[in-house]
Amino acid sequence: MSFFTKLFQRKNSAPIAKERLQILLAHERSSKGGDSDLLYKLQQEILKVIQRHISVDQDKVQVKVDRNTDFSTLEIDIEVPQQTDGNETTNIHIASSHSLEKNE
Amino acid sequence: MAKVIVVTSGKGGVGKTTTTAAIGAALAQTGQKVVVIDFDVGLRNLDLVMGVERRVVFDFVNVIQGEATLSQALIQDKRLPNLSILAASQTRDKDALTQEGVGKIIEELREKFDWIVCDSPAGIEKGAKLAMHFADQAIVVTNPEVSSVRDSDRIIGVLDSTTEISVNGGKMEKFLLITRYDPNRAARGDMLNTDDVLDILSIPLLGIIPESPEILKASNVGAPITISDNPSAAAQAYIAAAKRLQGEDIAINIPTERKGFFDWLFKRSH
Repeated sequence: MSFFTKLFQRKNSAPIAKERLQILLAHERSSKGGDSDLLYKLQQEILKVIQRHISVDQDKVQVKVDRNTDFSTLEIDIEVPQQTDGNETTNIHIASSHSLEKNE
Repeated sequence: MAKVIVVTSGKGGVGKTTTTAAIGAALAQTGQKVVVIDFDVGLRNLDLVMGVERRVVFDFVNVIQGEATLSQALIQDKRLPNLSILAASQTRDKDALTQEGVGKIIEELREKFDWIVCDSPAGIEKGAKLAMHFADQAIVVTNPEVSSVRDSDRIIGVLDSTTEISVNGGKMEKFLLITRYDPNRAARGDMLNTDDVLDILSIPLLGIIPESPEILKASNVGAPITISDNPSAAAQAYIAAAKRLQGEDIAINIPTERKGFFDWLFKRSH
């Protein structure tokens, strides 16, 4: 690293790029076919369990993931109508974390 | 009325995805509701350039096949809440997109957004044709370089013959966006200049984006280049291009070389 490079070094973007790629590729390689299939199955099965007891509008279900180095988080938010009167709603929030290693 | 724009080029690597992210963000920064869609099934990258790659749950194909609703698949940008992205599928094959399915989704998006910006894959195969099929306007991204200009000419022909608007006897509005413009090489006469490219392609010019290290930095960190407190020359050129799309009459600035002491010092340091 030259004197000038050091002098003008600001926050570099390449290390950020590398980290983002490593996380992304670790996920893409570990789950053949990507993990959207897994998430889809999870969502469907969780929904089925809930639908046994209450009716749920498919559009009121939000699934969120955040992929990280050691673990990912999966959140499912389900908005269900209150049993007594249709106007009020309750939210069911399911969150889970799973590590990459366990999936393999 | 919502507008559907396709960002296309024929040739790969000219800056379609960067442009989609930048124009999408610039439009959203004016307060409009914008969705950017990745049509590159199997090789998605718009999510990465937009910095939402860790948050993709459902994609375009999931919605077409009824496995997820549109609102479940749309990812809202954390920096610009009125900007959303619909990712392409990384895993399915290209035939998973159907014209009917795409049409339905675009219809639905027209009701929710002011601008729908479609990032086309390279080539003139099915994916590229689907990306442009329902568009009202096209941004043809071209580098000032012979093979890119030739491919752009080809894609202009496809835009005028296979899209819905052209099949129905209408005319697709097309704009030229010159990217990776190097003022030094243009000054030396070593690069096709803007007039040369415009002469050959003869469609209106939307803007000229100078070659800039800031573009690589923006994709490194996953932020559209226009999202910056201190926008670079390239970002400013994209912001101006977005304003022209919105009908503003802004003079087009041909990038020129600046040779200040600091530029010189800076060049040395890298």
